Amino acid sequence: MDTESTYSGYSYYSGRSRGSHRHGERSRDHHKSRSKDGSRSEKSVTINAPPAEPLLGDSSVLGEEVQDDNWGETTTAVTGTSEHSLSQEDIVRITKDLEDSVGLDCRRYFSLTLAVVLGLLVFLTPLAFLALPHLLWPDKLLVCGTACEGLFISVAFKLLILLLAVWALFFRAPRAGLPRVFVFRALLAVLVLLFVVSYWLFYGVRILDSQDENYQGIVQYAVSLVDALLFIHYLAIVLLELRQLQPAFSVCVTRSTDGETRHYNLGQLSIQRAALAIIENYYRDFSVHNPALLTASKSRAAKHLAGLKVYNVDGPGNNAATGLAHSQSRAMIAAAARRRDTNHNELYYEEAEHERRVRKRKARLVVAVEEAFTHIKRMQEEEQKKAPGDVMDPREAAQAIFPSMARSLQKYLRTTRQQHCHSMESIQQHLAFCITNNMTPKAFLESYLNPGPTLQYGRERWLARQWTLVSEASVTSGLKEGAIFLLKCIDFSLVVTTKRIPYIQLSEEFIDPKSHKFVLRLQSETSV
Amino acid sequence: MSFIPGQPVTAVVQRIEIRKLRQGEHLILGFSIGGGIDQDPGQNPFSEDKSDKGIYVTRVTPEGPAEVAGLMMGDKVMQVNGWDMTMVTHDQARKRLTKKNEDVVRLLVASLLCNASPFVQTEFAI
Repeated sequence: MDTESTYSGYSYYSGRSRGSHRHGERSRDHHKSRSKDGSRSEKSVTINAPPAEPLLGDSSVLGEEVQDDNWGETTTAVTGTSEHSLSQEDIVRITKDLEDSVGLDCRRYFSLTLAVVLGLLVFLTPLAFLALPHLLWPDKLLVCGTACEGLFISVAFKLLILLLAVWALFFRAPRAGLPRVFVFRALLAVLVLLFVVSYWLFYGVRILDSQDENYQGIVQYAVSLVDALLFIHYLAIVLLELRQLQPAFSVCVTRSTDGETRHYNLGQLSIQRAALAIIENYYRDFSVHNPALLTASKSRAAKHLAGLKVYNVDGPGNNAATGLAHSQSRAMIAAAARRRDTNHNELYYEEAEHERRVRKRKARLVVAVEEAFTHIKRMQEEEQKKAPGDVMDPREAAQAIFPSMARSLQKYLRTTRQQHCHSMESIQQHLAFCITNNMTPKAFLESYLNPGPTLQYGRERWLARQWTLVSEASVTSGLKEGAIFLLKCIDFSLVVTTKRIPYIQLSEEFIDPKSHKFVLRLQSETSV
Repeated sequence: MSFIPGQPVTAVVQRIEIRKLRQGEHLILGFSIGGGIDQDPGQNPFSEDKSDKGIYVTRVTPEGPAEVAGLMMGDKVMQVNGWDMTMVTHDQARKRLTKKNEDVVRLLVASLLCNASPFVQTEFAI
């Protein structure tokens, strides 16, 4: 599935080899990646990967790089050059796909097999308890009376309910793949296994060895096992489903490229499940990521950098690396401050001009669409029989009126830089849809005037399909106050911060309905 | 000019004597009053303390007897002809000022403005 949030590759590696060294490395890389993503273009990629790979782009002001001969070259370059970043991106994509296909399938099938085996064991155990005495010592068994046979029915029905309940909770198709194992499920499986094993132990020692004749007692034992399994299932429901429903944390999700922010209330979840919930909400709430809207700020940033070049005249190896980086960055900042900056002026007039242009195009578009819609009229049933000629179905009607509005729509989309989000085919489909459902021109235009959520567009426009969870805390640990983690996509990332919902102390005040009384307050002026 | 109930009020006051003018069959003084214990003190623009329910001069007609006598807008009327004006209703105040058988009213006013010369410093016990 495309929306799988996993690349077991990264957390896989971190879990497996390298141990503590890896942990330190990860947090440093994570730190660096955050500072880098803020300053560079969205096309370049930071890899939370083995430090042997060279790091691209600007020198970070943390000054952590080792001074080397090529350092001067990369510092002054304008970031976001397409060749470098694209090729790096492709490599990343390919390696991710490879690891994905091998690692994930194995894990999934393995856990599925385990679950099925455990399920079978649990289901067949009571039946075995009931059947074994009949098979091993049939002659010694006491006859099963009415009460005992009544218990058979109860065992049968409880097993049926257990079967349905376990299927409903555990064996449905998963919506997503998570990087680490689901801790609660694993714990529950271990609990059930221990439980069943202990019952078998008791059965084996006390009943099989001594060949107990009291069949009613054996049946009651089997019934008690099924009851206990139902209670464990109840515990599973509470742990897996109910516990996270009560909101306990409020998370703030910010997109790193344009700062769009939303807040969600989540219950007590592990970080990976919280990430899953956030991604599902992302597709519904956040407007689609449009890289074309960010070009203006990037070009401004590029102009800033291009204005200053810093040369290292003392030669490499003279000062300590960190000291050099500090002094250079300080020199750049000082020079930038001294230079008389009229960029704000440009920005202001440019934005005002753009606003005006957008409004003009929008007015033309609205008028064109309204006019186009007046050419179409829905035919009633009786009229259809009377005038069979020139009758069109919605698609043909859409194709008929589309040319009159196509040009103004095209121009508007170009001005607002949305033209790559909509294809001609999709626009015509949408038009046919609106005509069929008696929508007004305004309703038709709504999806073009405001950028909608990501789900509204076709999959190829999402630019947000492969997610990586980057977190300093372990992803199976629960959400805590102040937890911060990142959900990285190739083009942008979502920064998530957590806050606890405060404890609310509500008190009551009773107001007697008869206590609402009023007086007239006058302010009169009398002349004397 | 705020007062604490039960304590004497200390104010800087001046005596103003106004001679009523005859206009038709009415005797007029040439100013308007506002305030009173039955009115809303919060809407009084002239009082310092917005819970002061005294009688204030809200308007003085130009060239009228009050202006000639030196009454200013915003003054608080403390006494009229010896009758107390700090704890009266609006209507009672009006009646005290417009008695038909009186030609002259002698007011004791406390002025907001600092240039009011302090003729008398009087203590009132409420």
